[in-house]
Amino acid sequence: MRKKVIFPQIGLPYLLLLPQLAITSVFFFLPAGQAIWFSFLRQDAFGIRTEFVGFENFVELVQDPLYLESLWITLVFSFWVTALAMSVALGLAVLADRHIRGATAYKTLLIWPYAIAPAVAAVLWIFIFHPQVGLLGRFLNGIGVAWDYKLNGTQALITVVVASAWKQVSYNFLFFLAGLQSIPRSVLEAAAIDGASPARRFWTVVFPLLSPTTFFLLVINLTYAFFDTFGVIDALTKGGPAKATTTLIYRAYIDGRVNLDLGSSSAQSVVLMLAVIALTAVQFRFIERKVHY
Amino acid sequence: MATLELRGIRKSFGDVHVLHGIDLQVAEGEFIVIVGASGCGKSTLLRIVAGLETATEGRVLIGGVDVTRLEPKDRDIAMVFQNYALYPHMSVFDNMAYGLRIRGLPRAEIEQRVRRTAEMLGLGELLRRKPRELSGGQRQRVAMGRAIVREPKLFLFDEPLSNLDAKLRVQMRAEIKRLQRRLGVTSLYVTHDQVEAMTLGDRLVVMNGGRAEQVATPMEVWREPANMYVAGFIGAPAMNFLHGRLCSEGNAVDLRAGCAIALAAPPAGVKDAEVTVGIRPEHVRIVGNGTVGAIPLKVDLVEPLGAESLIHGILPSGEGLTVRASDCSPFAGTTLPVVLPAEHLHLFGEDGRRLRLAHARSATARVRAGA
Ligand SMILES: Nc1ncnc2c1ncn2[C@@H]1O[C@H](COP(=O)(O)OP(=O)(O)OP(=O)(O)O)[C@@H](O)[C@H]1O
Ligand SMILES: [Mg+2]
Repeated sequence: MRKKVIFPQIGLPYLLLLPQLAITSVFFFLPAGQAIWFSFLRQDAFGIRTEFVGFENFVELVQDPLYLESLWITLVFSFWVTALAMSVALGLAVLADRHIRGATAYKTLLIWPYAIAPAVAAVLWIFIFHPQVGLLGRFLNGIGVAWDYKLNGTQALITVVVASAWKQVSYNFLFFLAGLQSIPRSVLEAAAIDGASPARRFWTVVFPLLSPTTFFLLVINLTYAFFDTFGVIDALTKGGPAKATTTLIYRAYIDGRVNLDLGSSSAQSVVLMLAVIALTAVQFRFIERKVHY
Repeated sequence: MATLELRGIRKSFGDVHVLHGIDLQVAEGEFIVIVGASGCGKSTLLRIVAGLETATEGRVLIGGVDVTRLEPKDRDIAMVFQNYALYPHMSVFDNMAYGLRIRGLPRAEIEQRVRRTAEMLGLGELLRRKPRELSGGQRQRVAMGRAIVREPKLFLFDEPLSNLDAKLRVQMRAEIKRLQRRLGVTSLYVTHDQVEAMTLGDRLVVMNGGRAEQVATPMEVWREPANMYVAGFIGAPAMNFLHGRLCSEGNAVDLRAGCAIALAAPPAGVKDAEVTVGIRPEHVRIVGNGTVGAIPLKVDLVEPLGAESLIHGILPSGEGLTVRASDCSPFAGTTLPVVLPAEHLHLFGEDGRRLRLAHARSATARVRAGA
């Protein structure tokens, strides 16, 4: 039985919802609606004439090889951010789970990156990756690897992937740790008595039992990599060199703010919005069904 | 099937000393029940045998081989946990097959062994189900099946029935006993339920505060408890304890409740000392008014159990006494004359240990020969 709060008047619940609704409308629904509207329009370079062009902005996007390249970069970028952030977090959580007594201190240390602003995180990574100033950058150049993420596209991508993944590790860690701790100890002991080695116990018992957590985090991390990494990219590489780190979200920003191509930028935003909606829908389905093992 | 030997097992968790030197020898195929109050270290002992905990001191030998330093997987044992610890994401079949797969058995043999075990336990229809789709009793059976199918040297049970309802518990108790007889696997069974302990065990280990107070057959434990703890723990309702003092060179005991009882023989080694006299409720005899040597028991509370009643009363000394009687159901407030038959008295010294009568052994021997 679900508990219901009974309000004396019908108006009060709506009144209580009003501030939230107002904020959501002003800062989300209005701009979103505007973006949808703009995505069907085209302005000339000076913003004087505006005409309705239907789906032409979208058609152009799909036909633009640069846009498709951005899409590819985004997929590669998101894949690696998610893979890296989740595997590192899982590894750390497994280690922490073994020494559960120290976990509080461990947890506190690991949650810090999550609380750091993207720009600050980026500066921190500059001190590591910068070819002249950064610890790792200097070391790599010292041993003869030509490292400069501002010239080499692959290196730039690696840099933004690492910095973005790093920020997400702590979040994943907390969920994985909670997931690990909810696995009854006796189940693992039963597996040990059944003869399973620690590695086998992990892959045949722990990992399957973590699958709801893993799936949840997968969606969260993909969403993060798709939409939330703008700050890191902007601070580290500004989408370069030669657009090597221009993801869809970064491109939408460049086209809108820098190139002032509002129609195309809006169309890109709409595409991104649809992607968010798709990911969220997947997640809602998951929360409703809880993913059974 | 194998023997098990524990030599001086001690265990401390930091400053907490949980086990204080447990010695035990288990013969092949024997069913040993470890019984004791909550927190006395039963599970810890079992987990040391399983290899899930390491003993601070002492050795564990399975089949004569020292396994003290071995991992659980190298000990060839199976364990049934209190919460069953089934793999929630695997079907009943996979739960049972897990250990066999790890051992790399051929697929056909795994299939055959799992099916045979499942039939034996009445799980044949449930092999495809997940644990969450089973009732508590069925889960318990799967946990048993997972242990049996491996054909281990040793079964370990940690209160496997405590999550079942009373009726199912009695049923499963009998089933476990039958299975163990049939398979003949050496077993160690932990419980805090003394009825389970009495009915299941070939021998009992009665534990208290990390020590084995007595290791003996259920009847021996019941008939000749080694000390007051065991005497009070085994048997329901619990044994009555009364204050007394040895007199007449140890040939009689003078009860504070107001009568002297002649003993068959003086306790070995003591003649004149404070003792605690124990008598089980079922051994107290209710006699007719005016019987010589009877003590008046003021009835305080009567609990009818159907075939018999439990009569709780107060003796003249103020001590309580419980009587189990099958043909008497007095009203509260009345006074019953009772007699404590000398042959059923247990004497305990001031340290709580049993005082053996000089001829007690031969008396037991006679009883056995007559039976
Ligand atoms: N990992 C541990 N760390 C510290 N103390 C422990 C640990 N495991 C057990 N103990 C302590 O050891 C004592 C014995 O525990 P154990 O689980 O063996 O008791 P038990 O006889 O099985 O009790 P129960 O019948 O309640 O299961 C308890 O006092 C418990 O608090
Ligand atoms: Mg226990």
